[in-house]
Amino acid sequence: MRKTPITLAAAIALMASGAMAQDVVRIGTEGAYPPWNFINDNNEIVGFEIDLGNEICERAGLTCEWVINDWDTIIPNLVAGNYDVIMAGMSITEARSELISFTANYLPPDPSAYMALAGTDESVIDSGVIAVQSNTVQAGLVADGTATGLEFPTPDETISAVRNGEADAVLADKNFLAAYVEDSGGELVFIGDDFYPGSGTGAGIRQSDNELRETFTAIIMEMREDGSINELIEQWFGEGITKF
Amino acid sequence: MFAFCTDPASLPQWQWFACYLTTATHFAFYRSFLMVMLLLAITAPVALAMGLVGALAVRSRIWPVSWLGKGYVNIVRGVPDIVFFMFVPIALGQGIEWVFHHIQCPDWDQPIRQGNDFIVCREAKVPPVGAPAWVRNVYAFAMAVVAFSLVFGAFAANTLHGAMQAVPRAQIETAEAYGMTRGQAFRRIIMPQMWVYALPGLSNIWQILIKATPLLFLLGLQDAVYWARELGGQKTSLYTYPHPDWRVWYFLVLLCFYLLLTWGSERVFGRINARLSRGQATAAGERMRRAAG
Repeated sequence: MRKTPITLAAAIALMASGAMAQDVVRIGTEGAYPPWNFINDNNEIVGFEIDLGNEICERAGLTCEWVINDWDTIIPNLVAGNYDVIMAGMSITEARSELISFTANYLPPDPSAYMALAGTDESVIDSGVIAVQSNTVQAGLVADGTATGLEFPTPDETISAVRNGEADAVLADKNFLAAYVEDSGGELVFIGDDFYPGSGTGAGIRQSDNELRETFTAIIMEMREDGSINELIEQWFGEGITKF
Repeated sequence: MFAFCTDPASLPQWQWFACYLTTATHFAFYRSFLMVMLLLAITAPVALAMGLVGALAVRSRIWPVSWLGKGYVNIVRGVPDIVFFMFVPIALGQGIEWVFHHIQCPDWDQPIRQGNDFIVCREAKVPPVGAPAWVRNVYAFAMAVVAFSLVFGAFAANTLHGAMQAVPRAQIETAEAYGMTRGQAFRRIIMPQMWVYALPGLSNIWQILIKATPLLFLLGLQDAVYWARELGGQKTSLYTYPHPDWRVWYFLVLLCFYLLLTWGSERVFGRINARLSRGQATAAGERMRRAAG
């Protein structure tokens, strides 16, 4: 994974230790963002990105470990070397690209949508209080807009804010909100039109880690072409979602 | 857990709850309480030891030692805990890796800092690359103990230093009159008697330490507060046990846990205080003397 100037002596030492037999790549994720990544009732980390990451590692011959990390510190901990990859539903943006580098996107641009209690007027989009998760694309959009933004560290808290009236609506990825709308039995609805703010979701990798990024990008492109990513998208996000 | 848990959606309420409360995530939640108590059990003596060393350093007549002690106590007490908790693991972790890197990979030709990135050779990684999860947990836990001990050691140092000063001067004079050296007087007179003066302050620090344990999550450990938030949040039908927002109940459990812990330790401190006040020239000691006589 990392380029090491391997001298003959070092190579022998490495072979002797056997540590290089299979490279270990640690992937950081939030574990609180269904269906991208979440902890199920068996205390296992599952989701679209988990299946995808494991498949990428299998094809690349790498051993992958999943690490759960708070969303707000997920980039600093990558940069500090606590793990090597971020796969956490992270949209590829210019601001993030200044800190880390991204692989090719493994999800097409996701629709974002506003969700509110049934009967909420659409005007809240421009003039109301909008709940968002901090450090997300949507948080940036609300901060630049005319509505009042209300930021929360976890996605779950943004939904609670709408339910208890603290916020008029929540702005988030539509695929995340869909399960809440469906389960609420009409209490929660989408308002306004969907839009596509990001340029797709990719895996974040340290800027100095060119080799790993190229490996990931190559396999993501391969999986986009052979249709296996589309299968995973359909399995986790259901029918009728944008695919490659 | 139970045989009837295979299809939770069709269960009557009590069985649903029996299954729900015995999921693997709930067991992780229960275990996190043990982790909090283990952390307290290890941190408290370590912090007390740090406090004792700190207090002795502050008292020292060798000025560099005394400066070091005063610097430690004042700097750590002056910085918000949360800043320290973010700083210690990163600084300490990278410091350890930096040292290992220079020992193990002397011919490495790339800079360690590349833009935002902190890069050391893979042999210098701590914990080592490919270490099993439990090693990483122990490492993170040790970091937590160090961070907590540094912070609470500084408070304990201040309290203990104050307690050493509070031992009546007359007693030390008497010791000197008997020809004891400074060290002997300290060991025989000050050390045994200072605890009664230190106890109220130490019990404060202990209570604050208990209440600071939720900061564990900042260090990447999944403590009781993390699990309460995770489990309490609304679960959609993607989960086996969907439920609305139940955080208030989970936080209520936490509230009870912390209250029980602080209430229990308050009682223990009461007993220790009674034990230590016996025969002391303090108001409490005087009351005990009168009651006995």
